[in-house]
Formats: sequence, structure tokens, C-alpha cells
Amino acid sequence: MIKTINITLIGNPNTGKTSVFNALTGLNQKVGNYPGITVEKKQGTCKLNRTTKARVLDLPGTYSLNASSMDESVVIELLLNKNDLDFPDVAVVVTDVENLKRNLLLFTQIKDLEIPTVLVINMSDQMKRKGISIDVELLEKQLNTSIVLISTRKKRGIESLKETLVKYRSISTSPILDPLTIDETYFKSLKRAFPNQSLYKLWLVITQDVNFTKLERQKVPDSAEFKTQSQSYLKKFQQRETIKRYQIINKILKETYHVNKENATDLRSRLDNILIHKFWGYVIFFVILLSIFQAIFDWSSIPMDLIDSTFVKLSEALNDYLPPGVLTNLITEGVIPGLGGIVIFIPQIAFLFFFISILEETGYMSRVVFLMDRGLRRYGLNGKSVIPLISGTACAIPAVMAARNIESWKERLITILVVPFTTCSARLPVYLILISLVIPNQRFLGISYQGLTLMGLYFLGFLMAIVSASLMNKILETSTKSYFVVEMPNYKLPLLKNVGITVWEKTRAFVVEAGKIILAISILLWVMASHGPGVNFSNAEDLVKTNAEYKNISPDELETKIASYRLEHSYIGILGKSIEPAIAPLGYDWKIGIALISSFAAREVFVGTLATIYSVGNDSQETIKNKMSAEIRPDGSPLFNLASGISLMLFYAFAMQCMSTLAIVKKETNGWKWPLIQLVAMTFIAYFAALIVYQILK
Amino acid sequence: MISLDKLGLGKTAIIESIETDFLPLKLIEMGCLPGNEVSLLYLAPFRDPMYLKIDEAHLAIRTEVAKYIMVKPIS
Ligand SMILES: Nc1nc2c(ncn2[C@@H]2O[C@H](COP(=O)(O)OP(=O)(O)OP(=O)(O)O)[C@@H](O)[C@H]2O)c(=O)[nH]1
Ligand SMILES: [Mg+2]
Repeated sequence: MIKTINITLIGNPNTGKTSVFNALTGLNQKVGNYPGITVEKKQGTCKLNRTTKARVLDLPGTYSLNASSMDESVVIELLLNKNDLDFPDVAVVVTDVENLKRNLLLFTQIKDLEIPTVLVINMSDQMKRKGISIDVELLEKQLNTSIVLISTRKKRGIESLKETLVKYRSISTSPILDPLTIDETYFKSLKRAFPNQSLYKLWLVITQDVNFTKLERQKVPDSAEFKTQSQSYLKKFQQRETIKRYQIINKILKETYHVNKENATDLRSRLDNILIHKFWGYVIFFVILLSIFQAIFDWSSIPMDLIDSTFVKLSEALNDYLPPGVLTNLITEGVIPGLGGIVIFIPQIAFLFFFISILEETGYMSRVVFLMDRGLRRYGLNGKSVIPLISGTACAIPAVMAARNIESWKERLITILVVPFTTCSARLPVYLILISLVIPNQRFLGISYQGLTLMGLYFLGFLMAIVSASLMNKILETSTKSYFVVEMPNYKLPLLKNVGITVWEKTRAFVVEAGKIILAISILLWVMASHGPGVNFSNAEDLVKTNAEYKNISPDELETKIASYRLEHSYIGILGKSIEPAIAPLGYDWKIGIALISSFAAREVFVGTLATIYSVGNDSQETIKNKMSAEIRPDGSPLFNLASGISLMLFYAFAMQCMSTLAIVKKETNGWKWPLIQLVAMTFIAYFAALIVYQILK
Repeated sequence: MISLDKLGLGKTAIIESIETDFLPLKLIEMGCLPGNEVSLLYLAPFRDPMYLKIDEAHLAIRTEVAKYIMVKPIS
């Protein structure tokens, strides 16, 4: 019979829990070199041996069981609830060999919960370079547990970890710290009141909200004087507990853990000297961003053209092979152009994720946090808001969740609210196509205008985020004091596999998610565009042919006239026409209006929508870009010119056109209030920004 | 004895005492305890935040928090 046990991975941030999780389960959860990559619990399964299977749980990193931010409280909530389905049979505390002392603090706390606890010392590949030696056997005896030395990078020790886990029942559950040494009277009376409970557990339940209070979470000023007073009392005990634990740990490590400083090579200080230099640090950050945007343009133009023309050929080929009919039209005029509108952006999106994940893997992100904290504080943000803001350039959804490790509720809320202004990858398709249409493809000092425009749009997103943050900072009253403690991790060479996984998973998710929406919307659009009410639609051909104005035009032109007349009187045309008065002042026609409507579900649908609309009833097979540049206004000038192009870019820069982001904001703020405010305010800003810029530029 | 925010760049000191009512527990858990060594490695513009090495941990804190840590410079 196969037995299943629950294994929970716990540890300080950035010690490699997720790497161990991936090694055990074979899954590909995101790994990165800054504290706070994992913010939710994640589950997987693993076969330990022939008779034992394990459900493995990966948790957010935490420095101790005294939680002070939302991601940390996930861990405590689980460990205090014996009835939780995920409650561990055995806990695995993952530690970083270099920071063993600090990591052991959490270990002793977990052990005091009287759960069988295995100590995993990870990153053992670093020991030689850092001159570290450990007497594992002695340490095992002192800590009264099983220890496994592993390296997920070098794939060492995973098997022996599995073997140890199978034998979890033999691990001692005796606690390490006697709470009576913290304060005898207090804990004695506690014991008298609840004689059958683990003292440390009781203590955790009592103090659970001392650092990360309910008060702060929901902002209910319910606490009477008594509670606050006793809180500072409890806090004193927590500190005394920490000091006691360190005393024990120091004593143990003195005998078992040695560092030979001479063997250590110091990459950290050499890199930090320039990367967080008061002047050069900022210059380098700017140059890094600039190069990323240049690269996105320069490296992806060839694969993009290739994809674009492939889709055209595909459409043509299918048109020839498939029997003519409604279904063929749906495929060649609706689905394929729509999908092409998303697939074409794969190269750029992959490059974007590639660069972001390199920045994450090297440890550079925390340096940016350091550089930016002072500047952002003024606007009610926090240095840690940089990570949501930068990862928001990939997608706002994980970025909103990444705000969980900001301790102050107010700074966290502001971060969540402004993150959707950063240029996410779904905006990229819209920008790219518009830029290539309206910005000249020329260079100045080797820097292309198109790349500069793209970077300008990214900065605009950040700027808007900061401006609105500072507004909100004024509006929201301050209730809690914020503090800021950030670990600066070691620099690491990015592991190509981790980067590859991130790029692959994220790009795939983007294509699949967007693909589903596109598929649905392009079918809907096609149906609505090829059907219409009344005689205007059904008799389009006769109506145009008998129109005296068109008497002398060539048959080809006549075809086009018929097609566009029909489109105008289809259902979609009527819909677009009905909103035209509202968007004409922004420089958009009714076809763009349709794309605007459809992209309220998701921005990236814009290009696909236009591609579908322009394809319907149009036999000529052209690339998306050519189709768009061929569109003209009634006066004969191109529809997409500088004024309307910029106006559209601004609209997309500011509007909240993403259902998924609204949903996640609702989840993270516990209600509809903030997402609705976000939706209304952003749409309002977008409309007026686009209006003003078009009226000035036209 | 001075408060940590006054420590010179590149200098090392021993933590003498901490004002436990104001210091976040997290900092104490990361090793900011009396008796441990602290060095000021880097400063952002306007001396804020400060990049410290406390015991074995490398971390950044804001000046307003550093005020609550009293240290005795040793170099
Ligand atoms: N040198 C070395 N680096 C490792 C090893 N295991 C993990 N890393 C790196 O350590 C960093 C952190 O790994 P993660 O698995 O994301 O750590 P985590 O504990 O899940 O981090 P959080 O979710 O942020 O708490 C990544 O850059 C990994 O590549 C190892 O055995 N050796
Ligand atoms: Mg993780």
C-alpha cells in the first residue's frame, strides 16, 4: 500500500526553498535571487520511495514565526492549524549555508512546535569558495534532528533528502528553547491555564498579530488602551525570546561551524562599489533599462517579420486548400489573422522576460530597491515597490501579488493601485505596431527613434505610477509607521535553466491566455462583421453598384467599396458607429472604436481585432502592418498618423483594460472598492490624455 | 557611544543597546543585537537608506530606524 505524507518547505527568504521544491516535484515554479519571490503556497507531489509518496508544499520565505507582512503570515496560519489539510507530517527547514546562524533562528522555532523537522543546508556548492566547514554529525546531535547537506544547483543531496524524509518518524520532536527562560512568571501562569498545550504554540497564538496586526490589515481602530499596552509587553518577550534563541545557536555553532575568511573571494564588494554608487549606480540602472528596450526592438525585428509573413502564407494556403464556404472564411479571415496578431509578439515578449529574469537571478533587483527607496518614499511608496513596478513590465497580476511583502498596509495599497500604470507586456503589441506605423525608422547617434519612443512610453508608465502614488499618499491618511528592512543577497551568476524556465513559462502563459481570448473574440467579431440587419447589409452590392458616384471606378475598387459598405452596415459596424462620436475627438474611427471595446477585456486583443476587421471580406492577403498603414480617412490622409498614433498610445498607457488585473486587485484588497476606483480613474485619465494630445498634434 | 545613523562610512562598531520599543522585531531577528558587530558599507544619496553588515547579514535600513540603535565605534 502506498502511504502519502505531507511535507512542508519552510525557510528564510531566498534560501532556495522553491529550488528544492522543483527538484523534489519536477515542477517549474519560479525561482529568483531576491527575497520574496514566492508569495503564495504552492503544492506538488513527489515519490519518496516505492511505498511512500509525498505532498510537498512550498511556502513564502519568512525570517521567523513572528510574521510582519502578509506573505509571512501564510506560514504561521498553516503551522498553527493542526486541522489544516496541508498541516505537515514533517517540516523541512531550508537554510543557506552562508547564513546558517540567522536561518537557524526559524529552525529552532519550528522545532519548538514539536513537529518532526529536517534541517536542509542548501547551497553547499558555495562552501569551498566561502571557506566554510561544518561538523554535520555534531550539529545533528546538538540540534537533535536530521541534517541533509544539499545543492540544488549541483543536484547534490536530493536523494539522501528523500531517504531522510521517509524516516521522519524517527526524528526527535523535543523542543529546543524552554519558554520559562523567557519569563518565568508569565509562562508559568500560562501553563497553569492551559496545562495540555505546547507552551510555545500558545505563545505564538497569543502574539500572532503583534507585529502584523489585524489592526493594520483592516484598519479598524478597535484596540483599547489595555491591548496596546500589553502589546508592547508581548513585544518585549518576543525580543527576549529572539535573544535567548541566538544565545543557544551561537553556542552550538561555535563548535560546529567555521569560516576561514582567507578562502573567501569577495564578488559582492567589487560589484556593489559600482552598482550602488551614488552617481554611477543610477547611470548604470538607466543604461540597463535603455539597452533592454533597444534590444527588444533590434533583436526581434527579423523573427517578427518572419512570423507575420508566415501567417499570411498560412491564410493563403488554407484559402486554396479548404473548400470555399463560411467555415473557411471564418478561419482565414477571423481566426488566423487574430492569432497572428498575438503570435507575432512572442519574440519581443520572450526577450522582455529574458532580461527581467536575468536581473532577478543576479541579485541586482535588491540593489535597485536600495537605490530607489529614498526617492520613492516621498511618494508614499517604498523601495520594495520597485519590484512590483519592474515586474509589472511583464504583467500586472504577479506584480500586484508581489506587493505582499511590503510591510506597511498603506504603502502596499498604493503600490497595488499604481502598478497597472506600468507598461505590461500586453501593451507591448499595441505600442510596437503603432510605433512602427507612426514613428520614423531613423537613428540618432545610433539610437533608434522607435526604441526611444518605446522607452519613453515605459518611463511614462512609471511616471504616471509615481504621480498617482503621491496623490494617493496625500489623500489616504497615514495610520501606521512604515519601516523598511531589506536583505541584500549575494550576487549570483544567473542559472540559464532558471532563466529559460521563466521565459518559457511566462511566454507560454501569455500566448495561451491571450490566445484563448483572441480566439473567442475573433470568432465573435467575424460573425458580427459578416452579418448585419436590414437591406443595407444584404443588398450592399446592388446599393454600391447603382450609386452614381462610383460609375467610373475600376472593378477592383468597386469590390473594396462594396466590402467596406457591407462592413459599415454589419452588426459590428453599427456598434462601432454608435460610439464614434465619443472617440472621434481622440482621432479614432469606428473600426478603432471596435478594437477599443474588445480590448477592455485584455489590451493585447487590439491588434488581433484590427487584423480581423480589416480581413473580413477582403481577399488580398497582406501583413497586419500593411493593412493598417493602408487605412485612410475620408479626406485621403492615413488613419494612423502621428496625432492619432500618439493619442492611441496614451490611451493604452493609462486605461485599465484588463479584467484579470481588476480581479486580482479585488482579491488582494478584499473588496470591489479599490478595483472600481482604479477602473474609473484610469479610464478617465486615459480618455482625457488622448483627447488633449490629439487636439494639440492634429 | 553614538547612534548608528552617525557612524562613518566604512567604519565598524559594536552594538551597545537597542531601543526595543521602536525597532522592528525583524531587524532583531536578522541579528541586530547588543554585542554584535555592525559595519556601514554603503550609503545611498542623503545617507539614506544605509547598507549595513550586521553580524553576518547584509541589509539595508532607513536612517530613521538606525537612530534607535546605539553603537560604540571600534575602527
Ligand atoms: N549557488 C547556489 N544557488 C542556489 C542553490 N539553490 C538555489 N540557489 C539560488 O538561490 C536563489 C533563490 O532560490 P529560490 O528557490 O527562489 O529561493 P526561495 O527560498 O524559494 O526564495 P523566496 O521564495 O523568495 O523565499 C536563486 O537565485 C537560485 O538560483 C544552490 O544549491 N546553490
Ligand atoms: Mg520561493
